[in-house]
Amino acid sequence: MTLKKSFALALKNLLFDKMRSLLTMLGIIIGVAAVIILISLMNGMMGLMNDEFSKLGTDSINVTVTDRGGKRTVDEKDMYKFAEENPDYIKAVSPNVTIPAATVKTADDDLTTSVNGVDERYADIRLNGLEQGRFLHYSDVERKQKVCVIGTYIEKELFGRGMGLGQTFKINGKSFKVVGVLNEEEDSESGSADDAIYIPYTVALTMSQNGFISSYIVQAANVEIVDGAVTKIKQYFDNKIGDSDYYSVLSVKQVMDMVNTMTGTMETLLVCIAGISLLVGGIGIMNIMLVSVTERTREIGIRKSLGAKNRDIKSQFVIEAGTVSGVGGIIGIIVGSILAVFFGSLLDLKTVPSFSAIAIAFGVSVAIGILFGYLPAKNAANLNPIDALRHE
Amino acid sequence: MAAARTRAAVAQNDGVPLIEFNDIYKIYVMGDSEVHALDGITMKIYKGEFVAIVGQSGSGKSTCMNIIGCLDVPTSGKYYLRGTDVSTMKDDEQAEIRNKELGFIFQQYNLIPKINVQQNVELPLMYAGLSEKEQEKRALESLDRVGLRSKAKNMPQQLSGGQQQRVSIARALAGNPSIILADEPTGALDSKTGRDVLEFLKKLHTEGNTIVLITHDNTIAAQAERVIRIQDGRITYDGEPDISKFASVIHAGDGEVSA
Repeated sequence: MTLKKSFALALKNLLFDKMRSLLTMLGIIIGVAAVIILISLMNGMMGLMNDEFSKLGTDSINVTVTDRGGKRTVDEKDMYKFAEENPDYIKAVSPNVTIPAATVKTADDDLTTSVNGVDERYADIRLNGLEQGRFLHYSDVERKQKVCVIGTYIEKELFGRGMGLGQTFKINGKSFKVVGVLNEEEDSESGSADDAIYIPYTVALTMSQNGFISSYIVQAANVEIVDGAVTKIKQYFDNKIGDSDYYSVLSVKQVMDMVNTMTGTMETLLVCIAGISLLVGGIGIMNIMLVSVTERTREIGIRKSLGAKNRDIKSQFVIEAGTVSGVGGIIGIIVGSILAVFFGSLLDLKTVPSFSAIAIAFGVSVAIGILFGYLPAKNAANLNPIDALRHE
Repeated sequence: MAAARTRAAVAQNDGVPLIEFNDIYKIYVMGDSEVHALDGITMKIYKGEFVAIVGQSGSGKSTCMNIIGCLDVPTSGKYYLRGTDVSTMKDDEQAEIRNKELGFIFQQYNLIPKINVQQNVELPLMYAGLSEKEQEKRALESLDRVGLRSKAKNMPQQLSGGQQQRVSIARALAGNPSIILADEPTGALDSKTGRDVLEFLKKLHTEGNTIVLITHDNTIAAQAERVIRIQDGRITYDGEPDISKFASVIHAGDGEVSA
């Protein structure tokens, strides 16, 4: 039997009873759609996370250190010196002193946010330029000036957009003057990158209970050398402090890799669960094919009497099962792609159904049809032509 | 018995029978007992003959037809088709023999309802592995022979019973088989249409085809050139289609004589 005729016949059978065909394909449709939706959403989420991380700068490295006391410790002077000595690896270093849950007040408004104490280089390492004014200067840091640079959310909440420059407000009771407003990063909402206040780290240090700088942001010389820079910093700390429990060095790139591995594992797990639906769909196809073989026993007998060999009958039914699941797969791909884009827009994710997801889903669905169609097809092929011909 | 063959048939042949049954038995085991559906049948059918195998239901004629048609194999004995032993062939070998040597005409026409008339006629050609062009050409030629070329694109159920049977004849002829095996071809038709079909078979016979007709009806059997009567798995008559001779050989209480 020619492939083309088998395929045409299979399609004809599919259209013969549309309701039944649809129900048969439903398992495959749901399975394929689920796989595509999940993969697309996970890809969208990964894309979003990677975007977020790259805002932090893929070349930046977080260093945290605990005060061990005495000489076996690293302070900001050591860090600056280390950076100067290793220009091949490190472009810049900024201390990062966080005052969590600081109370921020003007005469009319107040809110709670975290305040970061940094030095003048921080703007180059992490930030995306200023809308108005200037960033912190070396002199601000050196002279412990109570000045600050704020994000657009803080400006909007305290003064109104565009009104912040030159104003003063209080952080934990101390008065600060706004010298700069950062570019809007996101949507000027609470908790976003726009919800930020930067003050000189020297000032932040006096405001925090702990007089020790426990965190630094390091910018690697370039993206390629990040891993080398991490190693270099670790060596330095190892020499200086000795006990690795007292410090940690983590690049954004490492964190991204970790997160990607985790989401990858999660994706695999979810796709496996969706795959169960494909399996159930396959069993549905097997069931209906078994019914179809019984219903068409007479047809099989006629074909055999006309000279169809066992393999002709077998291939006819296998192709039919493959066609059912293949068409189901195509419908599933269409439904899944539409839903993926729809859910993506609901969740504010960029979801583009990937070509590989579509190809895999289609391949798997056809394979399932062929796999689960094989047993019914074998049953059909093994029918005795006399009994089949007499079958009513 | 061989003397009963028509002279025409003898004259056409060089001695190798088309169908040769050599002490064929078909035994079914039902629980403890054995049923001898065929109980030692020996016969020869030559090229160009028109033979009717007649017998009531349960006589073994259907089993006989299944074996002639390579749909079944005998329990013992030899069946030579054109000199080749086909009695021990495997499924797929039998399928090939059916495809090349045999054309079936069934009582219930046995057309496949989901495909059109032409596609039905193309089936044996497709299984023979002909190109699609060749399939179409031969199928249409064959439909021409039964006068139904105009219905090629119709679906079988759009045709009358007689037309469907003619389609099935066209299908049987399409592969140009050496034997046409007709199993009660008029059984589902009214008497007028039945007569037409029989006339058509006769016409095919005069064109040189070998026809084996299986029937329970003596009057239909009498239309053939030679009659073989089977009873209880044995041949009880083999000779001229003289109804007064073969119809009298019956069981006591057999009410099937329709002469």
